[in-house]
Amino acid sequence: MTIAVAELRVEDKLFLNRYLVDAGGPHIKVRPHEKPSPNLIALTRVCPAKCYELNDKGQVEITADGCMECGTCRVLCEASGEIEWNYPRGGFGVLFKFG
Amino acid sequence: MIEEKFDAIVIGAGMSGNAAAYTMASRGMKVLQLERGEYPGSKNVQGAIMYADMLEKIIPDFREDAPLERHAVEQRFWMMDDTSHTGMHYRSDDFNEAMPNRYTIIRAQFDKWFSRKVREAGATVLCETTVTELAHDTKGKVIGVRTDRAGDVIFADVVVLAEGVNGLLGTRAGLREMPKPETVALAVKEMHFLPEEVIGERFGLKGNEGCVIEAAGTISRGMTGLAFLYTNRESISLGIGCLVSDFASTTESPYALLDAFKRHPSVRPLIAGSEVKEYTAHLIPEGGYKAIPQLFGDGWVVVGDAAQLNNAVHREGSNLAMTSGRIAGEAIFQINSRGDPMTKENLALYKTMLDNSFVVKDLMKYKDMPVLLHTHSRHFFMTYPQLMSLAAQNFMRVDGTPKIEKEKATTAAFIKARSRWGLVSDAVRLAFAWR
Repeated sequence: MTIAVAELRVEDKLFLNRYLVDAGGPHIKVRPHEKPSPNLIALTRVCPAKCYELNDKGQVEITADGCMECGTCRVLCEASGEIEWNYPRGGFGVLFKFG
Repeated sequence: MIEEKFDAIVIGAGMSGNAAAYTMASRGMKVLQLERGEYPGSKNVQGAIMYADMLEKIIPDFREDAPLERHAVEQRFWMMDDTSHTGMHYRSDDFNEAMPNRYTIIRAQFDKWFSRKVREAGATVLCETTVTELAHDTKGKVIGVRTDRAGDVIFADVVVLAEGVNGLLGTRAGLREMPKPETVALAVKEMHFLPEEVIGERFGLKGNEGCVIEAAGTISRGMTGLAFLYTNRESISLGIGCLVSDFASTTESPYALLDAFKRHPSVRPLIAGSEVKEYTAHLIPEGGYKAIPQLFGDGWVVVGDAAQLNNAVHREGSNLAMTSGRIAGEAIFQINSRGDPMTKENLALYKTMLDNSFVVKDLMKYKDMPVLLHTHSRHFFMTYPQLMSLAAQNFMRVDGTPKIEKEKATTAAFIKARSRWGLVSDAVRLAFAWR
């Protein structure tokens, strides 16, 4: 007997969550760069919401809409100045139903 | 917005913030609590297990109306390789007591309840308000906060930073360092819903009994990490976490680890047919005693995860958070009732009281454990689980091989993998870190 365990892509998992997106006011920004550091590149794999992606010029871009505000990217890349991290405005961002 | 001055401002409505706000407000202090989420709990993530004793010391009759899921009667520790687990179970009917020792909870619901208690105790709780900055006087004393709402500084004698592991305020103000990649773990979690009776059948539980599974081994792919599966009333919280530094160097994806854990033959049948309703991520402070920052200063104290108060070895976080919040509240109340100013010298009382509590004593006991597990992660999370499985399987299979040969083969496998010296030194290191 095979036992089904629902498998979801990260993008689909994020749809399960509730967000109030602050349109036009992303709380995390990647600073313009020529060549991303290893930590910044690692975020394309390590960010649990898959917010970071490499563009075709080999630079890292962020779409913060699905961000779960864990802070992993801040811990890895804020000190080097590659990203700028703030909390979303009060009430905005991810809103966990269970947590 | 708010013209008056408060005795205390608490930043954050998680476990430590609610404990601090409740402790001070219930003693008659004028408290303002600020929370950036839409409601208390909306930004908070935990496994989650809540220990009764630490909450009882704050709200003794919490069992009357707190949203509790199940009380744990069984704990399983699993050492996993790719197809097996070698486990230790402890199950006791003694845990079916009138006032159970620990419960599973769902934080968004629990935090709403706790926050209601804080408001009933007389504190002003303001949600959807992100504190943007600490306000200082000319001598550097913290005298209040600025928020993203209109209005100027909100003043208070003391600010309690209960802003969580990723707290921006304290680090930006230079009160403590940023968490380092090797002192925080990234954990991801899913909520799997199943009918209550199905959970009861699968785990052998009746009524509100609960089962807790914690698992380590090849599931973390050589990284320092732990997976867990906790039964709630009609859901299962299931997750895995590893050190951020390990994630960065291996570039493993947390969601891939979680999916592999769910597919593991030991886990799959437990969650089969479930409906996933939420996916969360959170950092967990893992640095232990050596990562505790400066805990107090002129006009401020820091509590809970923001102060790295988490016992990773025993997987206790929220009880240290609640206790540090309560102790901070009690210390501030003592200073306040003497009519003394909230200076660094006076607020040192908080640290003295915390040092004398289980919080710092427990973290001190395991002060060497984080570094040991980090530097030897491959052995503890890959080699040994695989060897344990081999030994157990060798022992279980009856195939006509004389037992003495089986024993020799098992011993040889251990020595081949780690050498005699390696085995002894791992054991000694572990014993010393544990002692």
